[in-house]
Amino acid sequence: MTLDFFISAFITVIGISTPILLAATGELVVEKSGVLNLGVEGMMLIGAVTGFAVTFTTFNPWLGVFAAAAAGAAASLVFGLLVLTFGANQVATGLALAIFGIGLSTLIGNSFVGIIVPEFSSIFPDGLVRDPIMRIIFGHSPMVYFALFMVFAVSWFLKRTRAGLVLRAVGENDHSAHSIGYSVIGIRYAAIAFGGAMAGIAGSYFSMVITPMWAQQMTAGRGWIALALVVFAGWKPSRLLGGAYFFGILMTLEFYAKASKNAILPSQFWAAMPYLMAIIVLAVISARERTGSEAPACLGKPFMPTD
Amino acid sequence: MMTINRRNLIKASAAALAMPMIGGRAMAADPLKVGFIYLGPIGDFGWTWAHEKGRKAMVDALGGAVEASYVENVAEDASAVPIIRDLAQQGNKLIFTSSFGYMDQTLQVAKDFPDVKFEHCTGFKRADNVATYNSRFYQGRSVLGTIAGLTTKTNTIGYLGSFKVPEVVMGINSFTLAAQAVNPNVKVKMVMIDSWFDPAKEAAAAETLANLGCDVITAHTDSAACLQVCEKKGIFGFGQGADMSRFAPKAHLTAIEDIWGPYYTSRAKAVLDGSWKSGDTWWGFKEGSVVISPYNASVSKEIAAAADKIQAGWKDGSYDVFTGPIADQSGAEKIAKGAKLDDGALAGMDWFVKGVEGA
Repeated sequence: MTLDFFISAFITVIGISTPILLAATGELVVEKSGVLNLGVEGMMLIGAVTGFAVTFTTFNPWLGVFAAAAAGAAASLVFGLLVLTFGANQVATGLALAIFGIGLSTLIGNSFVGIIVPEFSSIFPDGLVRDPIMRIIFGHSPMVYFALFMVFAVSWFLKRTRAGLVLRAVGENDHSAHSIGYSVIGIRYAAIAFGGAMAGIAGSYFSMVITPMWAQQMTAGRGWIALALVVFAGWKPSRLLGGAYFFGILMTLEFYAKASKNAILPSQFWAAMPYLMAIIVLAVISARERTGSEAPACLGKPFMPTD
Repeated sequence: MMTINRRNLIKASAAALAMPMIGGRAMAADPLKVGFIYLGPIGDFGWTWAHEKGRKAMVDALGGAVEASYVENVAEDASAVPIIRDLAQQGNKLIFTSSFGYMDQTLQVAKDFPDVKFEHCTGFKRADNVATYNSRFYQGRSVLGTIAGLTTKTNTIGYLGSFKVPEVVMGINSFTLAAQAVNPNVKVKMVMIDSWFDPAKEAAAAETLANLGCDVITAHTDSAACLQVCEKKGIFGFGQGADMSRFAPKAHLTAIEDIWGPYYTSRAKAVLDGSWKSGDTWWGFKEGSVVISPYNASVSKEIAAAADKIQAGWKDGSYDVFTGPIADQSGAEKIAKGAKLDDGALAGMDWFVKGVEGA
């Protein structure tokens, strides 16, 4: 087990964890504002196909990522319109968005199957990227650093800024926020758009970084894991970071365990490990904290101003 | 002008009753409706794409005599039952279910539609109206194993598997045995990802195998993700189900291609002329259902010659990779010296040969 081995394994873990982290960070902000958007999987796929399509036509991966974010935000705003302006049920609309995203991305993606784009890889000089030791820091795609930056940015935003306080207030007690004069609907729209953009970027990570190609439903359920991760993290960005990498480690461990000579347990057990561990950790966390649920108090409740 | 009397009325009614029968004979010229269910998207450029190519080849060969339709992305669980049933109810008289996991579902629906013929791919359960068909991919795997065994510099080659089903097990064993025949020190590291199609997971598993020292990785999953990882890392790989060289121009040594067209055409013809019978059909190199893609320019002449020799051996029957003595992972002898495995034992294979590391 050389150092090189651990570094390579670490890089695999980062690669698996980053899209989940990105999508979960966006969803955390949305849920902090009181809206439950279950359509993460759909937004990720829309982002994936858009990012791929734009990168392929413009040969510019940065434009691709930007387009992915815009597409994810646009899709989420459709959700926002239905849920905030027309008062539709958030759970049902979110699920509908997920299904819609899967279908729309497949339709658009059909013309891009079998094509590849150059991988959206590191911005650092080649020497640092390939250096056996330094690559642990510099060998990642720009999206990895972006994801880390966003987690800290969101954490700082929610805890230390006035705008973050207002967002949290809207999520905890929308009527009080409304009576003070803040636009609950407006803030929620902004949060939803942010969540959609992050999910779009997360999706583009699949089609531009992990495997630079388009394949139908290529996110393979990571959107749902991101949703679970937000709950798992107790709506705290710091725990989100730990949780995402925890999942990543478990998923990577699955492969190493299976390939080793000592793989006595059946392979299906290793595949189920991440989800089993999530349940165990959730149970332990809930047993410890008796201060009640950490979920934003207005999560999922439509806002109906009485004046 | 006919007078309306009883005799004429009876003549007219008899004539009227005879009309449908004349129409009935004309209906026999309607095209045979053939249905297909696919596991993945036809755009996977692998397994499902090859079946779709076969379907199109059948339509090209038989023209207006058949009318074919397909359903993509059918999951290998209970949800396949209503989809197969739907195809049968729509008038399809020949239905192909193109993945192992549709076995019980196909049999279940077949019970309710005794006049519809079902064909289940890579399975082993049959009925009067359910046939099974398979392709001897393992023959192709032995060619890949030969190339891998001769190409590897680390004596560690990787196998990215999907599920522990006989088709995959056969492939791994054939690959390993062929590699060991040309390189006795080689070992095969195997990872099953419990999915036929999950590009991100395939990529992570391929990275894992590469990190564990493999410098040639073959995949039994349906996307080109493994090849992309191989290209990125500068190691080698093989295409699965189709020529995937466009995804990895340097890493793609060759590929196993599945050619289903001739089989589908012959089965549709059998239904059309009434000679269809249930049974198990296993075509391979000889019949042309398994084909090896052109070798990459980097494959040396010696390695190419060794690979060609294996292919020729299968075609003329002089070579069988499963010739004993063969031991399983625990060391127990499973095939005696000189003995071969029959199709029944192959179809139910659930043990790995010595030299395969992994569960």
